[in-house]
Amino acid sequence: MSVKILEEENRTVAVLSGEIDHHSARGIRNEIDYAVREKQPQELILDFSDVGFMDSSGVGLVMGRCKLMQELSGKVIVRNPPSHIKKVMRLSGIDRLAEISSGEEGVCKK
Amino acid sequence: MKTENEMKISFASKSENEGFARTAVSAFAALCDPCVEDIADIRTAVSEAVTNCIVHAYRGTQGVVEITARILSGNELYIRIKDKGCGIADVKQAMEPLYTSAPFEERAGLGFAVMESFMDSLSVRSEVGKGTVVTMRKKIGGKDE
Repeated sequence: MSVKILEEENRTVAVLSGEIDHHSARGIRNEIDYAVREKQPQELILDFSDVGFMDSSGVGLVMGRCKLMQELSGKVIVRNPPSHIKKVMRLSGIDRLAEISSGEEGVCKK
Repeated sequence: MKTENEMKISFASKSENEGFARTAVSAFAALCDPCVEDIADIRTAVSEAVTNCIVHAYRGTQGVVEITARILSGNELYIRIKDKGCGIADVKQAMEPLYTSAPFEERAGLGFAVMESFMDSLSVRSEVGKGTVVTMRKKIGGKDE
């Protein structure tokens, strides 16, 4: 599992890759939160394009980041989740908290 | 139903074994020629059950998680995940979607809901102080409902 943080104007993009489960979630959470607290962006984009697996620990991860971004009056966008990950997200109702975008690189809806 | 094939694994309740467990079960399940979606469902359900053992059953301690998987006649996959941890006092409450006993660890409370929706059947037997047995079944190669 790895996280690559890209800083763009007013937004932080976390490019996730590998598998997200209870074991890997903590490390991902720490890296993202560190970058967000440092930069205080208006948008946090979680890019799931290269995530091969996610269970409900990933839902907890997204929910927690939504809470953090709410504190900063910002929002979370979940970008490009593969179909089986979308299935877990749909079950959780996370789409009511975060915007799910299936667009290409660079999509930024306001 | 007749057992056509069977495997058993047991491993320490360490979080790094979550990936091992779902990969081992999905490798076994691959013997009954599942589609990509079936495999993703099985991996996810196993990951949820094993995570429950590690996060809840053996909270603060370490124990053994035991998985038995069978391919039953009619191409049905049977998975049993057993721990000898603390047990669940109220199984009905634990199975409610969004209920979690560990909200501060960002647990979403969806483990059982995922198992229930990704597999065809789920049963949970638990005794406080003795442990929990989760049994799931899924017909492989059947049409999606």
